[in-house]
Amino acid sequence: MSYLKPLFRHPKLPKNKLGYTQKEYEGSLSTLCAGCGHDSISAAIVQACFEMSVEPHKVAKISGIGCSSKTPTYFLGNSHGFNSVHGRMPSVATGASMANKDMVYFGVSGDGDSASIGMGQFVHVIRRNLNMVYIVMNNGCYGLTKGQDSATADQGSRSKAGSVNPFQAIDLASLAIELGATFVAQSFSGDKQQLVPLIKAAMHHKGFAFLNVISPCVTFNNNPGSTKSYDYVREHIEATSTLDFVPEMPEIKTNYEKGKSTRVAMHDGTLIQLNKLATDWNPEDRVSVANALQHARTKNEILTGLLYVNTEWKDLHGTLSTCSTPLNKLKETDLCPGVEALGEINAGYR
Amino acid sequence: MSFFNKNWESDIKPILTMKPTNTKDPEYYHKVVDCQYACPAHTPVPEYIRLIAAERFTEAYMVNWESNVFPGVLGRTCDRPCEPACRRVRVEEEPVAICRLKRVAADNKGDVRQYMPQGPFPSNGKKIALIGGGPASLTVARDLAPLGYEIHLFDEQVAGGGMMRSQIPSFRLPEEVLNEEVNFILDLGIHTQFLTYVKSLKEVLEGGYDAVFVGTGAPKGRDLPKLPGRKEGDKNIHIGIEWLAGVAFEHTKSIASKVIVLGGGNTAMDCCRTSRRLGGKEVKVVVRSPFDEMKASPWEKEDALHEDINIIDNHVPLSFEVNDGKLIGMKFQKVKPVYDENGKRQLLPTEEDEVFIEADEVLIAIGQENSFPWIERNIGLEFDQWGMPVVDEVTFQSTNVKVFFGGDAAFGPKNVITAVAQGHQAAVSIHLFCEGLDVHDRPSPYTNLVSQKMGIHEWSYDSGVAIDQRYIVPQAKKSQTLKDRKKEVELGFDIATAYKETQRCLNCDVQTVFTEDRCIECDACMDVCPTSCITFTINAEEPELRQNLLVPAENLTQDLLVSKELKTGRVMVKDEDVCLHCGLCAERCPTSAWDMQKFLYNTTKANQMITPLPLIEK
Repeated sequence: MSYLKPLFRHPKLPKNKLGYTQKEYEGSLSTLCAGCGHDSISAAIVQACFEMSVEPHKVAKISGIGCSSKTPTYFLGNSHGFNSVHGRMPSVATGASMANKDMVYFGVSGDGDSASIGMGQFVHVIRRNLNMVYIVMNNGCYGLTKGQDSATADQGSRSKAGSVNPFQAIDLASLAIELGATFVAQSFSGDKQQLVPLIKAAMHHKGFAFLNVISPCVTFNNNPGSTKSYDYVREHIEATSTLDFVPEMPEIKTNYEKGKSTRVAMHDGTLIQLNKLATDWNPEDRVSVANALQHARTKNEILTGLLYVNTEWKDLHGTLSTCSTPLNKLKETDLCPGVEALGEINAGYR
Repeated sequence: MSFFNKNWESDIKPILTMKPTNTKDPEYYHKVVDCQYACPAHTPVPEYIRLIAAERFTEAYMVNWESNVFPGVLGRTCDRPCEPACRRVRVEEEPVAICRLKRVAADNKGDVRQYMPQGPFPSNGKKIALIGGGPASLTVARDLAPLGYEIHLFDEQVAGGGMMRSQIPSFRLPEEVLNEEVNFILDLGIHTQFLTYVKSLKEVLEGGYDAVFVGTGAPKGRDLPKLPGRKEGDKNIHIGIEWLAGVAFEHTKSIASKVIVLGGGNTAMDCCRTSRRLGGKEVKVVVRSPFDEMKASPWEKEDALHEDINIIDNHVPLSFEVNDGKLIGMKFQKVKPVYDENGKRQLLPTEEDEVFIEADEVLIAIGQENSFPWIERNIGLEFDQWGMPVVDEVTFQSTNVKVFFGGDAAFGPKNVITAVAQGHQAAVSIHLFCEGLDVHDRPSPYTNLVSQKMGIHEWSYDSGVAIDQRYIVPQAKKSQTLKDRKKEVELGFDIATAYKETQRCLNCDVQTVFTEDRCIECDACMDVCPTSCITFTINAEEPELRQNLLVPAENLTQDLLVSKELKTGRVMVKDEDVCLHCGLCAERCPTSAWDMQKFLYNTTKANQMITPLPLIEK
């Protein structure tokens, strides 16, 4: 019986800038069903953090309730974690981020956690433009309670038991764009080539970065007739672009076809290099993105890749003009300036 | 069209790609079992290690006996080519103590005779002569006796065993262990003629035998006839293997206090350690090559050093020094190794003065050679320019179709396990030949592939991977072992330690079997594999594909398992190099596209061959 992963790793495992191998970014062995898409997303997060040479202790993973929200146990075992109340991950993340702005925040949620019980929190965290990566592992069903249709299940999608979903689906990506999220991407758990650079870019986005990742539930929602199965998604997926995340690169590469190549500069000087596949789409124009999503929907296509990015808007700390030192590092001397300073302030009101 | 193809539109699709691996070829999975593949006799190592773990020592012994004939002997003295091949070496550092685990099976076995062929066997009317009573001949005898052959074994010594008796000292291989295993074979109804030196092969051939097997080893120890002082000091200069035989048969009972042993192989180690037990106080091994490049097995060198033997490397002998007709020592030239760009070594003299080393007796253990003075050159048996018989490498048949060779006699000195392996093959040939069949038409190996799945997380093998480091075999106290040359130095693992050592085995024979049709490409196996062996990628030519894996597959001696093209146009590629056979890929596979299946591979022995049905005339 193997509930423990063997400790040996490939002796020639590559090392990153910190001298760590991927092992330092792994978590415990997953207890999700074999073949769960969520495990692939976990692996993509591990790979992205490893390749970005992120210090594991500078990452916090915060989740709600559900299969998706269990996954933080299965990646970044050396990072901080908070498994919060169902649908309330954004509140906890907001609190944590307010206290310490120097961390990378991974919010991990599912379609039930975000699109049903946590919808209110989801909407407001977008409104606040909290600096975090918000990943929805979207499988269109409640996998933890035997696979009932969730709010993101497509109308007409057939469940494993044979019933057809009569309700319209909530399209989280469209919703996020409508609400003004500053980084919106969609991907598929089975395509790490796309997912890993998206996660990297999301980590570098200063503001709310939303990733809606379709992640098949092998146990309850991988049947013919389902619109979230491996086969269906692979047949109906359309990528907006192929993309590279460029951590530091000044000069322009020329191997992309002219007119199809777009680059988006992030706050910290990093770049997203996009090789566009979709026409009439501009990742920095909300209207074109909304149109592209609507067009894709009418054609039964699942549009993936980076959909929208806006680097102009301030994140929550920027809006609130907080000090540059994280609040949790402020000393008593900073917070209580003393009688003299108080006198000065009071004098200012006289 | 899948999105993967779209993403790759701009790429140039490679024209040449790797073909799907043919796992139906028994050699593919066989090669994955590194230890078994490296063993000349292809003993199913993981199979018997699991039996030892289950304390089924008798069965473990029989798995060995079936394959290598002398588990007790080999569990102590084997050259163990399996161990450097062990996957554990590539994963951590030290191999599983395969050899010493084999000894545990032999030490703790129960009644094994009940599982051995039971004579008397109905005669098939054929008569075979075996010349020499060493491991090769005894293997032939064991394989052919149950088929009804009348077997006559000739040996010049008083008992069977060949070099296992005459050259391996008792402190490494107790006589009782050897006798027991030799007798298992002789008791199958072999007609033995000991103390019989065969003087003429022609005479043997005229004796009405249907076939003759020559397993006379490499009986001639190399000498240094041209070295000054060799003749004058002859009384105190001995050839290593002859001297060891003298000790074994109790003709030699003592040695002088100061001894020089020339040579750096295992025979030199046996000579120096035996000298320590026969009265040698200052025993020095002097060898031409650097210490690290000596031919002796590392563990043999360690044991010699432990017994206060001085190993002096980089010294080339110049002369034997004799005073008043008595040997007083030897002179040596110091050399240093110089390597050219191809890594070829040259030993160049240093500027330093000649070195004189005192000695009362010298043992020359610088190699051994074949010697066939008793084979006539006019009986249709060709010899090559080096005086070696011309022998087919597969069938072991000589140019005289009735005469077969095996062991050191066939291709020069190697080791016991090679002799056994060759004995098996020669026996197959002899049987084919006596049946009037083509000796080149070899029987296929026996193979079996069975799923080990018992439940979601349960396998019928122990899939956990122990991180324990290799356990050390305890030794008897030096104060005791140096007093008595028959006192075995190694005590062997106790059962508890043996169990821990067995858990280090990675069960490489439990194969990761991949079925493409079931794969849904969820990547679960790729994500979970602890040693990053599995990659789903676009097919390419082998060198390119090897570079495109999660961790590039740079060990070219290890194969890639390549699947057929999958739905998305990719292939599954598994680098066999450091797979732990932990079964996690199969546990995390939702569709059982991966399964752990135990692969058993046994070379077919003569007594296991299916005899073709007699032709019925119409």
